[in-house]
Amino acid sequence: MTHAVALERVYCEYGAVKAVDGVELAIAEGEFFTLLGPSGSGKTTCLRMIGGFALPTAGRVLIEGRDLTDAPPYARPVNTVFQDYALFPHMNVRENVAYGLMVRGVPRAERARRAAAMLELVRLPGVGGRRPSELSGGQRQRVALARALINEPRVLLLDEPLGALDLKLREQMQAELKALQRRLAITFIFVTHDQHEALSMSDRVGVMNRGRLEQVGTPREIYESPATRFVAEFVGAANLLEGDAARRYADGAACALLRPERIRLGSEAGARASGTVADRQYFGAFVRLRVELQSLQLAVDVPADGVVPEPGARVQLHWNAEAIRRLDGNG
Amino acid sequence: MTALAAAALPPVKPHPVSDFFYRRRALLVLLLLVPPLLWVGVVYVGSLLALLANSFFGLDHFSGQVVREFTLKNFAELGTGANLDVVARTVGMALAVTLACIALALPVAYYMARYASGATRAALYIAIMLPLWSSYLVRLYAWKLLLAKEGAISWVLAKLHLSWVLEALLATPVIGGHSLSFSPLGTFIVFVYLWLPFMILPIQAALERVPASLIEASSDLGARPAGTFWRVVFPLAVPGIAAGAIFTFSLTLGDYIVPGVIGDSSMFIGQVVSLQQGTAGNIPFAAALSLVPIVVIALFLWGAKRLGAFDAL
Repeated sequence: MTHAVALERVYCEYGAVKAVDGVELAIAEGEFFTLLGPSGSGKTTCLRMIGGFALPTAGRVLIEGRDLTDAPPYARPVNTVFQDYALFPHMNVRENVAYGLMVRGVPRAERARRAAAMLELVRLPGVGGRRPSELSGGQRQRVALARALINEPRVLLLDEPLGALDLKLREQMQAELKALQRRLAITFIFVTHDQHEALSMSDRVGVMNRGRLEQVGTPREIYESPATRFVAEFVGAANLLEGDAARRYADGAACALLRPERIRLGSEAGARASGTVADRQYFGAFVRLRVELQSLQLAVDVPADGVVPEPGARVQLHWNAEAIRRLDGNG
Repeated sequence: MTALAAAALPPVKPHPVSDFFYRRRALLVLLLLVPPLLWVGVVYVGSLLALLANSFFGLDHFSGQVVREFTLKNFAELGTGANLDVVARTVGMALAVTLACIALALPVAYYMARYASGATRAALYIAIMLPLWSSYLVRLYAWKLLLAKEGAISWVLAKLHLSWVLEALLATPVIGGHSLSFSPLGTFIVFVYLWLPFMILPIQAALERVPASLIEASSDLGARPAGTFWRVVFPLAVPGIAAGAIFTFSLTLGDYIVPGVIGDSSMFIGQVVSLQQGTAGNIPFAAALSLVPIVVIALFLWGAKRLGAFDAL
């Protein structure tokens, strides 16, 4: 089976900076794949190499089995939703959406029909005559999506497309994007620095750090079994146990992970540790306690509706043995 | 906390003038606008109106005195063959210079806006602005030497065995002449040289505001570089091109020195105006002729607006 996109030992260097440092990645047909990482981790550069806007200094980029490493963007069967949407300001919405058809010489009537259908698909009918500047951020986002989909790409690249939207709209668009991807059954490659977005939308997530792919897996694997310390810390809240703490609580592993929500408060009997509440933060659904132990601090998430201990209170901490995840490698 | 308290800043003291104007914004705006409005209104618009009025006066050819009586004789005289030739020659030159400046400025401006960074861009800015630091007359006479029959350009062409190209060009009717410095082609070259910076800078400013992602998006959607240029880059550069064209067009239309120094001694509007109001002392006719560039530029702006040149502003 050919992969929708495959990166083979891809490097991208700008002078002395290795933006992408030997990435090996295969993305299946119809997959919703997310590249997750902090800014400067190389995730956008990876996307740009798939789109053809950056060329690798070494390695190969294969799209649908074809080697398109050095092909220009207009010769690739992929389309992109840009972070700033990149709508053409001198064209109205219909002309923007139909641009990909126009450059291919599709007749005007056919263009108008397909642009209207695309705007329908992104649930934005009837705005074809407006200028992009007359639309809200969420509407522009949908126009950018319609414009990228009109050429019926096999792979859609999305470069932090939801970054500029407010939280409510972002959550709504996440659900819509996911539904759209299922309906069109095409491959989505999504770049974000937002771990919630990555976990909630993706079939698989690749976590990037300093130009390297640290781990590729399902959202659940990434969250529950992070391969490296970086992944553990970047995805979700994490208590990292090292040195003495790791020896005491994690059978002598060099480093181990204990998620705050896996720790419970309980009685003295069977408690694994005890400490003093130093601080607490209210998050609505839960309260995060900072508990001081002899040699370390632990974040502990407790339900907000129960009895939440005051700062200064003595608490007993419980967790199941499998809540501790050993982290090998130094990430 | 204590450190912050200790370092507390003294309170900002009230200031009577600032406070007064803070509460009366309209008065401040008025005070700021009155001097420039007076200047533009009285000195500029006033002299334009004086020009307009003069163009309807006559001249007593016997005494050389301006006769302050309404007449359309000056405008009738504008319609005569020789004067129409002057107008056509000047407007044609202004159009040709403007088109050449657009063609030359676009690549430079595009390079500056999209690719040049840091030192390269600074060097290009200096290279474009530097000629403006020296006198226009000095540059004009320098070009006279370059374009002369025994000048640098014909020397270089002779060394390259390309003299025949120059001879063919000079033998061409309308643009040709005795030598580059005595031909309309020479006038054209010097005009393009003089006004090119005024075309590059506005186009560069317009292209600077075009995000790189628009060009990437066009390419992503299947457009080849030429398609991207004509469908995305050029339309977004049009406001800058229009601004630059206003400069190059009106500067060429009003110039009366360049065609006097370089060219085949056929007259441009500016030269005729200069002769009429100076040597001939026919101020009313000079005024009528001066209205021609104003009308032509008004038509030019109207046409540019009709073509949508200012839509993106």
